[in-house]
Amino acid sequence: MYKYFLRYVISVLFLLGISGQANAEFKVGFVYVGPTGDHGWTYQHDEGRKAVEAAGIKTTYVESVPEGADAERVIRQLAQSGHDLIFTTSFGYMDPTNKVAKDFPNVKFEHATGYKREHSNVSTYSARFYEGRTLLGHMAGKMTKTNVIGYIASFPIPEVIRGINAMTLAAQKVNPDIKTKIVWVFTWYDPGKESEAAQALIDQGADIIMQHTDSTAPVQVAEKAGVWSFGQASDMQRFAPKSILTSIIDDWAPYYVERSIAARDGTWKQQDTWHGLKEGMVAMAPYNSAMGSDLIKEVEKLQKDLASGKAHSFTGPIYDQKGNILVAAGSVADDGMLAGMNVYVKGVEGDIPQ
Amino acid sequence: MSFDINFIGILIGAIMASSVPLILAACGELITERSGVLNLGVEGMMIIGAISGFALMVVTDNLFLAVMGSMLSGLIISIIFALLTQSLLTNHVATGLALTIFGIGMSAMIGKNFVGIPGKEFPLLFVNLKESVPFFGPIIFGHSIILYFAFLLPFLTNYFLKNTKVGLIVRAVGDSPTSASNQGINVLLVRYSCILYGGAMCGLAGAYLSLIYTPQWIENMTGGRGWIALALVVFATWSPIKVLIGALIFGGITILQLHMQAIGLRIPVQLLSALPYIMTIIVLVVISRDSRKIKLNTPTSLGQIFYKEK
Repeated sequence: MYKYFLRYVISVLFLLGISGQANAEFKVGFVYVGPTGDHGWTYQHDEGRKAVEAAGIKTTYVESVPEGADAERVIRQLAQSGHDLIFTTSFGYMDPTNKVAKDFPNVKFEHATGYKREHSNVSTYSARFYEGRTLLGHMAGKMTKTNVIGYIASFPIPEVIRGINAMTLAAQKVNPDIKTKIVWVFTWYDPGKESEAAQALIDQGADIIMQHTDSTAPVQVAEKAGVWSFGQASDMQRFAPKSILTSIIDDWAPYYVERSIAARDGTWKQQDTWHGLKEGMVAMAPYNSAMGSDLIKEVEKLQKDLASGKAHSFTGPIYDQKGNILVAAGSVADDGMLAGMNVYVKGVEGDIPQ
Repeated sequence: MSFDINFIGILIGAIMASSVPLILAACGELITERSGVLNLGVEGMMIIGAISGFALMVVTDNLFLAVMGSMLSGLIISIIFALLTQSLLTNHVATGLALTIFGIGMSAMIGKNFVGIPGKEFPLLFVNLKESVPFFGPIIFGHSIILYFAFLLPFLTNYFLKNTKVGLIVRAVGDSPTSASNQGINVLLVRYSCILYGGAMCGLAGAYLSLIYTPQWIENMTGGRGWIALALVVFATWSPIKVLIGALIFGGITILQLHMQAIGLRIPVQLLSALPYIMTIIVLVVISRDSRKIKLNTPTSLGQIFYKEK
């Protein structure tokens, strides 16, 4: 309790600008959308920050910063108080980051999951979470008995649709009879809604629950109902030890360390990074032994192939729901197509909300 | 998936479980409002109940203490509201809003240390009967004791208000505190009690969320349910039975719209998400059209400041 109180006092003092005296020491700032203890998205970003700290670089963070006007104020304060590099770790910080970057040309900015780099001191970075989804799809296709996969989706943006498609394609490959049922909850984080959605999918016959939302509620519902599930963003295994087959883990640490050192040594350059299994930005939690050693071996091999480029999540032929060809046989989807993905592939039920 | 009779039973069971926090909070607020006090702090009291219950469960490892503690903490923060509005005569609306903001902030601060801890299994009653009795099994059995209490509460509340002397006193105070006071009724005592009772019920509603429904602590986990409970009380024209109906419709359509999505019905998802709100209002307005009854049930002095002239 004391620790948190102290942290609170420090961040208040900090925001008042008392500690805002410029000094020569190199400092990196982080802006988080949730609490560091969310055991999902923000938790993983903070693990990355700790790695930077361990590399001998001083860091500061501000947590639970709402996307919007508050974000700009916080980012500006960090820039004013002598931070040399600032990571803004949510999609909604895109415009505030660029706005502040304009006024502080000597400060470097790194924005996660966005696409706007309006000034030369703004970089963007994201991870190829869809590669993880391909692995989940393979496991789901093999493990399901009812051939129904339940998918809790947050918002109809390309990142989420890409995940649904990657998973479905991989599952179809090992089990042509599978159906993907999707429930849109229109939130990243609402345990009540997420668990109702999970329960509805299970009652509809799904024996695999997958989520693109951040709370641990869906895996807990799956555990209770005795169906399989997958964790999101960080290893959620202890919330559902029997049910979770694996979790997709976002590992930002190497990137954060690399970029912080580059900024400190003066070699930082603007770039757009999209790393996946190969670079380790997307990692998989230990596989549940309930899958059996044969399947685990298969998945590990697929993981290796995805990392080496021997396999690709979107290898043609790929058709949309109406049967039109999206990716021709023998070729793979390019990054431009992946980044703007806005249609379901064949085999997904329902429509994308407009 | 076929819509066999057992499936409908499971569905109804899920709907009942989702409406429990609404029933508890709304029945508590109903008593408060019947005494002429408008407490908009329902959301704040619920979230305080949620974190207190969860924190106590983690610290003491005792679910009974956790549930009692959540009610007590809801009651304690409602004392702040009672002191301000009844003794210091502040505006009900402003004070209630402040209570909600305070509750959300306070709970987030206490909750810092309890994020990411898995909850404990809450004991459910008659679980074996749930499986073995067709259709009625999942409806009647396999719930937590708090659910059974929640479904009794509207009827108890109704009986209390209509058939007991204390209930009549509460209504008298709500209709005309001045007349009640002239009859020798201690208006302040009645209103304090009603506010505290409302606080305890909201605390319990919060604990249901953090201990049973989604057993963990997450910032802002009540997710606006307090406001829905408040709206239910008004649209149900202060009748506990209609509160129950409203809560079930709201919970029902919330769950059904998820099923409609999962089935793959081609209805815009946004419309489906809005349906619970629309349908609940329509149904409650339709069943509450008797203007004589509305007059009878509406606490005339709701939200008005009362002070006894010395």
